[in-house]
Amino acid sequence: MSDSVRNTIYFAGVALLIIITGFVQSWNTALFILNFGLISAIMALGVNLQWGFAGLFNVGIMGFVALGGLATVLVSMPATPGAWQAGGAPVIGALMLGAATVVAAVILMTKMKAGKLRSFSVFGVLVVGFFVYRGLFDPAVGLIEDIDPAATGYLGGLGLPILLAWPAGGLLAAAVAWLIGKTALGLRSDYLAIATLGISEIIIAVMKNEDWLGRGVKNVVGLPRPAPYEVDLQSNTAFIERANGLGLDAVTASTLWVKLIYAGLFTVVLVILFVMAQRALHSPWGRMMRAIRDNEFAAEAMGKNVTARHLQIFVLGSAVCGIAGAMMTTLDGQLTPGTYQPLRFTFLIWVMVIVGGSGSNLGSVLGGFLIWWLWVMVEPMGSVLMNFVTYGMTDGYWLKDHLLESVAHMRLLTMGLVLLLVLRFSPRGLIPEK
Amino acid sequence: MIDFLNAFVALSNFVLIPAISYGAQLALGALGVTLIYGILRFSNFAHGDTMAFGAMCTILVTWLFQSWGISFGPLPTALLAMPFGILATMGLVLFTDRYVYKFYREQKAKPVILVIVSLGVMFILNGLVRFIIGPNDQRFSDGERFIISVREFKALTGLKEGLAFKTTQGITIVTAVIVVIALFWFLNRTRTGKSMRAYSDNEDLALLSGINPERVVMVTWLIVAALATIAGTLYGLDKSFKPFIFLQLLLPVFAAAIVGGLGSPLGAIAGGFTIAFSEVMITYAWKKVATYVVPEAWAPDTLVQLLSTDYKFAVSFVILIIVLLFRPTGLFAGKSV
Repeated sequence: MSDSVRNTIYFAGVALLIIITGFVQSWNTALFILNFGLISAIMALGVNLQWGFAGLFNVGIMGFVALGGLATVLVSMPATPGAWQAGGAPVIGALMLGAATVVAAVILMTKMKAGKLRSFSVFGVLVVGFFVYRGLFDPAVGLIEDIDPAATGYLGGLGLPILLAWPAGGLLAAAVAWLIGKTALGLRSDYLAIATLGISEIIIAVMKNEDWLGRGVKNVVGLPRPAPYEVDLQSNTAFIERANGLGLDAVTASTLWVKLIYAGLFTVVLVILFVMAQRALHSPWGRMMRAIRDNEFAAEAMGKNVTARHLQIFVLGSAVCGIAGAMMTTLDGQLTPGTYQPLRFTFLIWVMVIVGGSGSNLGSVLGGFLIWWLWVMVEPMGSVLMNFVTYGMTDGYWLKDHLLESVAHMRLLTMGLVLLLVLRFSPRGLIPEK
Repeated sequence: MIDFLNAFVALSNFVLIPAISYGAQLALGALGVTLIYGILRFSNFAHGDTMAFGAMCTILVTWLFQSWGISFGPLPTALLAMPFGILATMGLVLFTDRYVYKFYREQKAKPVILVIVSLGVMFILNGLVRFIIGPNDQRFSDGERFIISVREFKALTGLKEGLAFKTTQGITIVTAVIVVIALFWFLNRTRTGKSMRAYSDNEDLALLSGINPERVVMVTWLIVAALATIAGTLYGLDKSFKPFIFLQLLLPVFAAAIVGGLGSPLGAIAGGFTIAFSEVMITYAWKKVATYVVPEAWAPDTLVQLLSTDYKFAVSFVILIIVLLFRPTGLFAGKSV
């Protein structure tokens, strides 16, 4: 069986799974799975760039996804009236001052001779910089957060179309990835893993606590949408007529139509990114990346700048995750920093890449859809299973209640099992790298 | 003079005692990570969830004992239940080693593959713990709450500041000291412990001198299971038991192990306390202490808190980065494989 036949069967199989879901459950669920599957596929492509192409072990994906989400708020929400006048300039100034302090410390560190004098001056710069920064920053933030805290209390965004937020999310993630890569990429793989894990937690902590930036845990709701609102469609006579013509009632038709519009937009992004990743993989640059991954020392001996290439691909992969994060927040219509969990946004994406086949772009896309489908469907399938297992038990028996209640936690168990089984019996994934 | 005493009491109450007990918990966790790294040569991401599993087993046995009416006097019943939790966890890690890790060890897989495998184990354990005990907060501490409470301390000393010393904090510190002494005695004095250290230092040489690697690995897992259960239970007693907390503990635990030097048990302890003290001191509002020490005119009108407590991850992370940049092998030169 040739590769293309096998791949077609795989993708047809996943499509069939989603279609069956549509018939058995509802088409809304099927389209929900499709939309998040598209986003997951993009995240998996980003991780595959880092891990599959270059062998970088990044477990901070959640952070970059969240940055993409933040970008949607910064780009698309209207600016809060009066917030910029109240404290915008001091906040930006303070942030720039903080950055300048760090830069100054780094310059002192590299330019001065090692010794007590250097330690003291670097320390002094950092301490003075920190207090000046806090002195400038805290009152300004207080002013911003006091503006109608129940509804706004943050700077707001630029009020631009939300589709612009997708590339912006990529850029934001890329900028942060550059900073992290500059400091952490020289480290061994385990250390890089811990460093990225830490960074992602810090990004989430910042988004939860810096209310002036994105309202923190108070959430930003009602983001602008690239698709029409269901309510508007339901009162649109032309739409109702067309829906009735198809034999659907207006409410169902409107939700399906909106989801289809999102699916179309996401597909365009996925196709563009996939083609780019595929071109990159088969270009001299892609071959160089894989050469570096397979033997760093040999590649270095051939005159390749390993650290610079690693930085490059780390930034690119993180940018892709940022784009996917912005798309996801757009689909949700709200930014909720409290919902970012490493198991869901970092480790699940890893399962997708490994199951699909690390190093293979097509595999990552397949893994994205398949694992996402499984993640959503484990719960209904699990509750069927548990009903079967507990069939013989009397109602009210503690074990029966416990088993039925615990169905929700079966997804983690299943994901771990899938990951271990694939690693053991098919370590190169469903669609192996050629 | 009395002001300085008050300041010291406030400092002990809010900084020293919490940081010492938190540091002890981190150190026990980091010891487990560092032993796995030294012997099996990979970073075990499932360690946090092993801690959760051990604590969960202890909690279940504790509830059983409580339902039987068994108690441990003023001490928490969980201490009686802990040996059973340790046994269950030992069974679990031996099972995962036999059916998961062994395969890759025999293949001589790259460390990063083992790390990914441990991610899979992490998922399963996390799911298992939530499946068995649910995702919610579980309280299982009983016995006396305080060794000395704020009111008793004030009555005793007549100072304005009170000092509370919780039983769980006392137990944490005492247990940690006993465990660490036992561990070092084992590593330095017994034949098995010495062979473990030899294996960690130089695998080939150890194999040449007839050390059985499978036995070393098994003993390591048993010790790690005990350490993880103790660390998890102590943390659960002192704070509260919530399955997802242990995933978040992974970062400070790893930071402690790396700061101390991966593979170095002494380093893990030093790292644990370094991380704990920095976290607590940087996120503590120093106003109370400062008002006693500085003259009245200088008394601060803000909280004098360097960072809000929500950024405690950032503290462990920054220390981690600084150490990695300036002393890549950690404080107590660990390995860099």
